[in-house]
Amino acid sequence: MIMSQAVVSESVAPVAMGWGDVLSQQLITGVSNGMIIAMIAIGYTMVYGIIELINFAHGDLCTLGSFLALTMVGALGMEAWAGMGGTAAVVTLLISSAVFCGALNWTIDRVAYRPLRGKPKLALLVSAIGCSFILVNIALFWGGLPMEVFGGGNQAAAPKDFPSLISNENLLGAQSAITVTWRDLFVVIVTVPLMIGLTWLVKSTRLGKAMRAVAQNPIAAALMGIDVNRVIGSTFLIGGALGGFASVIYALYNNTISFQMGYRTGMDAFTAAVLGGIGSLPGAVVGGIVIGLVRALSDGYIEARWTNSVVFGILILTLVFRPSGILGAKLREKV
Amino acid sequence: MLKNIAVVCLLAFAVTPAMAQGEKPEKVLKIISSLPRTGSANAQTTTMVNGIQLAIDEVNGKVGDYTIVYEDMDDASPQRGNWDPAVEAQNANKAVRDESVIAYIGTFNSGASKISMPVLNKAGLLMISPAATYPGLTKPGKGEANEPKIYRPTGKINFFRVVPADDLQGFVAAEWAKDMGVKKVYILDDRELYGKGIANVFENHAKELGIEVLGREGIDPKASNFKSLATKIKAAAPDMVYFGGTTQNSAGQIAKDLHTANATPKFMVPDGCFEKAFIEAAGAENVNGSAYITFGGLPADKLTGRGAEFRANYKKKYNLKENEEPEGYAVYGYEACKVLLDAIPRAKTKDRAGILQAVSETKNYNGALGIWSFDENGDTTNTTMSGNTVENGEFKFVKVLGK
Repeated sequence: MIMSQAVVSESVAPVAMGWGDVLSQQLITGVSNGMIIAMIAIGYTMVYGIIELINFAHGDLCTLGSFLALTMVGALGMEAWAGMGGTAAVVTLLISSAVFCGALNWTIDRVAYRPLRGKPKLALLVSAIGCSFILVNIALFWGGLPMEVFGGGNQAAAPKDFPSLISNENLLGAQSAITVTWRDLFVVIVTVPLMIGLTWLVKSTRLGKAMRAVAQNPIAAALMGIDVNRVIGSTFLIGGALGGFASVIYALYNNTISFQMGYRTGMDAFTAAVLGGIGSLPGAVVGGIVIGLVRALSDGYIEARWTNSVVFGILILTLVFRPSGILGAKLREKV
Repeated sequence: MLKNIAVVCLLAFAVTPAMAQGEKPEKVLKIISSLPRTGSANAQTTTMVNGIQLAIDEVNGKVGDYTIVYEDMDDASPQRGNWDPAVEAQNANKAVRDESVIAYIGTFNSGASKISMPVLNKAGLLMISPAATYPGLTKPGKGEANEPKIYRPTGKINFFRVVPADDLQGFVAAEWAKDMGVKKVYILDDRELYGKGIANVFENHAKELGIEVLGREGIDPKASNFKSLATKIKAAAPDMVYFGGTTQNSAGQIAKDLHTANATPKFMVPDGCFEKAFIEAAGAENVNGSAYITFGGLPADKLTGRGAEFRANYKKKYNLKENEEPEGYAVYGYEACKVLLDAIPRAKTKDRAGILQAVSETKNYNGALGIWSFDENGDTTNTTMSGNTVENGEFKFVKVLGK
């Protein structure tokens, strides 16, 4: 009894929220969640754009990125890095996971997809599903390693708490009804430049031009002297690296990771890619944000149990009226 | 010709099991447990299995001339990270087929009991659960209209539990909330049998006590976060959020998101979260002093009499440190096995039917949980419950709850 009273007096008195505040808050949550989905959706859409493969392993690749990040937090004692050290910790995590996921995605392409090029598309798809299972089980094994930072240590499948490296302080002041934290800002600060950078890369560099050429017609591209396999490998590398960034953002934003997180996040991202128009980079971003917003609004104003139905209902409606998605190219040949 | 071969084959199949039975070593009674070994519930399962093992070791693995053999089965799968209906069904069928099996200790999750109960009932095999608390499994009128009849196709009772059911736990949880001065509550559930059931009981009794229910909804346990829900709850401004559900179904993430949104100071959960994994998943800073956990019994260090003996023996056998305690369910695993071992000498015939009969006649049993009996539904007459909170990342006993 005594304890509960103490708690009430300690905590900041909740500020009453008007309907406008609630709506703004839901939109903020929706955009933050949507940006994370979008980052992962880019990985799906890039690979689809170039080899017309739904890379089912992509979501689970991000899971491994998060596990790497958590392992590093524990190994380097990052929770103790204060002040500027905190920023250094976050940057270190972002870069390490990006490198790791990029390299891993490249390896997966080299080992599991490249030997199947030119074979029936279904073989490639089954190979992707197989990779997804392998990655999930690696994550399960990884989570079971006896490491101090994993709390329970041997509970492989338990959700794992990811330390709050980013402050949760309300930037608008503790008395404000709307909460915007460093975490929300962090999501935007990291994702927007990456998306702009990626667009620049695809639009203006030699590699980007080569990627677009291979996407349009791999045989013609090869005849023009483009090393098709190298370009496809680079696409996996870049898509994987973005997934790596997303995995760290996910972990720092949600503060929980588990071996199964890739399934749901991957499903959302894949849906976003299809909604936006698979193969289209801006489409993936738009799709991600739309799904983030729809999820937030449905959780907030309908009921959480209906959210999946609402998301997929919107997806079906969009595809009925615009089969190639919101921003998809109309004439692309689909498998 | 073909027909003859078929007949020979059929004969061969018919004869083999009979021969196997003939060769089966006499005087072995086998106990099986079916509990989740893969996933975050594994920590609790380990302590329950330790409890079962302790009970068997205390009688040196023998009752009269009979040797007790114990097999620890997993009813979870890595795909689900949680109990799996397919695996539970497999376990139940395996137990039924093995004629030396006389008791099935399980399950941890009420949903899993629903699967194995009818299978074991048809085989007349005794089932004792240390943890499944959904009322409809045993009590007529407390669940769906056809419950518990659908779990008892033969009409005979074979399912017993040593843990009080949720109609009591949800009830005392609401009373505890009222005692703490809660006036407005927001209720969530994980849309599973156990979570939804206990949330219903809590909701009904909270209304009877005059607590205003601001909202009630089922969550999507696999969602990556519940920030939107937290905002909605913050806007409704309840004094407490009650979540009917388990650690595996995101209890930790909900606590985290509510805390992050500064939505409410109090978060109450049932015994499905009474495990260290809940605190670990939530992060201690998000539940310290703000999470309230009801549990259908007492924490190990509050047990008296035989219970205190159990605690001492357990700590010794499993080398727990001075400040470490058996997890909440250890004593239920122990009690489930102990009450069975106690009944075997009383059984007129040492087979499934005889032992089932003897266990059902358990009256005024003096065990680790106090002196209790099995009632006409197979429920324990024990109603002692406890309220706990979290302090410095550890569970802390607050008070005894009960009617």
